[in-house]
Amino acid sequence: MTTLATAPNPGFDPPGVEDFQLPPIAGIEGLTKPVLLLVLSAIIIYAFFAWTVRRPALVPGKGQFLGESFHGIVRNSIARDNIGHEYLKYVPFLTTLFAFILVNNLFGIVPLIQFPTFSHPGVAYALAAMVWLIYNVIGIRRHGFVGYLRVSTWPPDVPWWVRFILTPIEFISNILLRPVTLSLRLFGNMFAGHLLLLVFILGGEYMLLHSESILLGVLSPFAFALGIVFTFFEAFVQVVQAYIFTILTASYIGAVLAEDH
Amino acid sequence: MITGNLNVIGYGLSAIGPGIGVGIVFAAFINGVARQPEARGQLQGIAFIGFALSEALAILGLVMAFALQ
Repeated sequence: MTTLATAPNPGFDPPGVEDFQLPPIAGIEGLTKPVLLLVLSAIIIYAFFAWTVRRPALVPGKGQFLGESFHGIVRNSIARDNIGHEYLKYVPFLTTLFAFILVNNLFGIVPLIQFPTFSHPGVAYALAAMVWLIYNVIGIRRHGFVGYLRVSTWPPDVPWWVRFILTPIEFISNILLRPVTLSLRLFGNMFAGHLLLLVFILGGEYMLLHSESILLGVLSPFAFALGIVFTFFEAFVQVVQAYIFTILTASYIGAVLAEDH
Repeated sequence: MITGNLNVIGYGLSAIGPGIGVGIVFAAFINGVARQPEARGQLQGIAFIGFALSEALAILGLVMAFALQ
């Protein structure tokens, strides 16, 4: 949005999809800010967990306590409540997933970074595709291919004539639509949140510096204040979305592991 | 004169239903916790899954508003 002042027709140029298309860094094709942020998030998460388990002790220190409570939240409130008695096997995956999404979302409000990686749909699609593969493979390994299809699309105790409509719906919603909604929910929330902040901050900047009326300049602090308020709201949304992605993954894994529908 | 895309109005319409749905989900969650505070942990997970499912429609609307030109 640096072109605001030099735009051919004066007036506020509202932020849009084009603000998410960042130029490649150092002229290397494909190396953009989201790619760097993905790598950075992996390094941060590795460093955090390596630091917390550096010197494990029976009475945990501060670092170990932090890491263990993070792991404990995922184990107790996400995995155990949604997967069932075999939950312990999936806790490492869910913890990694939660940490990865959380760090990448929080990049959206960290000063100087301020770009949630998942506001690019491709990143969210890849993550949802991975989750889709994992829960399908778990289900097929548990029940066999036909058995898995029966578990996910053939609910018991249903009159035979209802199955003509129920089974296609169950197939579409359980197998085809789940990865779509999973990825679009994460992408949509991050995209909308970042756009909201852009509207308030860029709008405030326009009102303060580029508008001719004094009134708008006087009112611009309200735009910045709302921008700050919505930054806190975004922090909340980002944590909730990471939690929801992980809890839905856990409940999908729990559903394919269950004996009955 | 106002310029813009009619899709955005469609997004506004698509957000009505999920808005009501999310309200109902959390109203039920608060009711449940008020009646039985010790069930909070279990209810929280269910509430967030319900919230996510009903919110999905609004998110689909938002994506469609930008995807269809």
